[in-house]
Amino acid sequence: MSARSGGAAQPTVELRGVWKEFVKGERRVEALQAIDLALAPKAFTALLGPSGCGKSTLLNMVAGFEAPTRGEVLAHGSPVTAPSPSRAVVFQEPALFPWYSVYDNVVFGPKTQGRPPAEYRPRAAQILEQVGLKGFAAHYPAELSGGMKQRVGIARVLVMEPEVLLMDEPFGSLDAQTRTLMQELLLAVWERHHQTVLFVTHDIEEALLLADSVCIMTARPGRIKKWIDVGLARPRTIEVTTSPVFNELKREVLALIREESVRADADRALA
Amino acid sequence: MARGWRAPWFLLLPAAFILVWHFAVEGRWVTEGLIPSPAQVLRSWHTWIFGTTKMTLSPYSGTWLDNVLYSSRRVLQGFGLAALVAIPLGLMIGWNRLVARVVDPTIQLLRPVPITAWLPFAIAVFGIYDASALFLIGLGAFYPIVVNTTHGVRDTNLLLLRAAGMMGAGPGTVLAKVVFPSALPAIFTGLRLGIGVAWTAVIVAEMIAVKSGLGYVLWDAYYVGRMDICVATMISVGLLGFVSDRLIVYASRLVLRWRTLEAVA
Repeated sequence: MSARSGGAAQPTVELRGVWKEFVKGERRVEALQAIDLALAPKAFTALLGPSGCGKSTLLNMVAGFEAPTRGEVLAHGSPVTAPSPSRAVVFQEPALFPWYSVYDNVVFGPKTQGRPPAEYRPRAAQILEQVGLKGFAAHYPAELSGGMKQRVGIARVLVMEPEVLLMDEPFGSLDAQTRTLMQELLLAVWERHHQTVLFVTHDIEEALLLADSVCIMTARPGRIKKWIDVGLARPRTIEVTTSPVFNELKREVLALIREESVRADADRALA
Repeated sequence: MARGWRAPWFLLLPAAFILVWHFAVEGRWVTEGLIPSPAQVLRSWHTWIFGTTKMTLSPYSGTWLDNVLYSSRRVLQGFGLAALVAIPLGLMIGWNRLVARVVDPTIQLLRPVPITAWLPFAIAVFGIYDASALFLIGLGAFYPIVVNTTHGVRDTNLLLLRAAGMMGAGPGTVLAKVVFPSALPAIFTGLRLGIGVAWTAVIVAEMIAVKSGLGYVLWDAYYVGRMDICVATMISVGLLGFVSDRLIVYASRLVLRWRTLEAVA
């Protein structure tokens, strides 16, 4: 089995023998098969796979949005049954509340949880500054660019100080330049907060740049194909993507992913 | 905003209509005495509004404002009552599957019954009193508001619900801070449709179920052959309906400011 755990410590999040099936009318679609996976505390894990391989489904189960068909999803050893602020999510679309200002979006979490304003107000201001949104607190989401919206999406989860950060292709809909900026921002933020991160992406460079380890998935039905240790020194900057070590890793992952894409294509041809 | 002078194109059709009307009457294209000319209507309307109520031969002289207030008050009360019931109910139907299964089929079955068909029932139960009118107005306005609110709730973006959930929001918070604001544009659409029905209903109700208001005047004037007053009443109701609709649109612009930003961006 390709399960992993960070040494002897109890994993922050664990999936044990997880299967997921969707029923669409008469058809049953197997999204995930026999997933064993453990996220070590404070580790940055990227989940990499071809589109449609069920990686978002996996993340949704960790978040508590969906339940597995079989198997268990555990957080600190107890089953995940509902979403929780300790497992915060950054979605692919910013999913901000359009009727709230940037500030009200950011403090939605702590306010809803009944934390005292004296506690979250200064932190919200500080985090808005960290993600480069100082001076935009009173703006509405409609007035922001795609990249800025996603910064708000990140700020509103950071302000809750979640233990686990679940990111579902958060930069997937951004243009290349903005994406690079956001990746650098995330690296800087993570250096400061060191949450346990599960980062879903289909971008090989993004996975290698950000993560400690990359979990490569097969085409649908999604299984875990291989774990890759990135092992690049931290703190990292975007320049690391031009190093020979990085390119070596990239070649290795590319070969693995290509196998899956070819297989997925062949399956489609047969079907 | 300052785009300079723009031709008032919206006046073109009304002006043309009034011209045709004028020549149709003055040129005897229609049977004489059947339809009053625009000028006649204007004169009668003026007396109806500003005329003295004492020592006059015209029973309508100076009673316009009173009747406008009667009708407006009924519309406001019936419509307010409808909104007060329909918005919370629509939220519950859209939000809770059990409530939807219990309540929605009944609403959908009753909805095709026109409010005019409810008239005998209303008079039998409530008599020739205000309650009859309020019942008809409220019922008429209730349907579009409840249906649109329900749709608005069901259209709430799943991602926003998930986002609220992962930030620790329970069902109450989600309903108040996510579902309700998200449904507001649809609720306002319902309110606009509802106020339109309310004006229809008040005229019908006043024609038959009560003895005051513009609807009563309309029917009464028809019986005594005062087509000039009939037409003046029609225009009055049209204007009142237009103004109340504009007020709702204005309120929605205030409440949904984030949405106008969205349209610009």
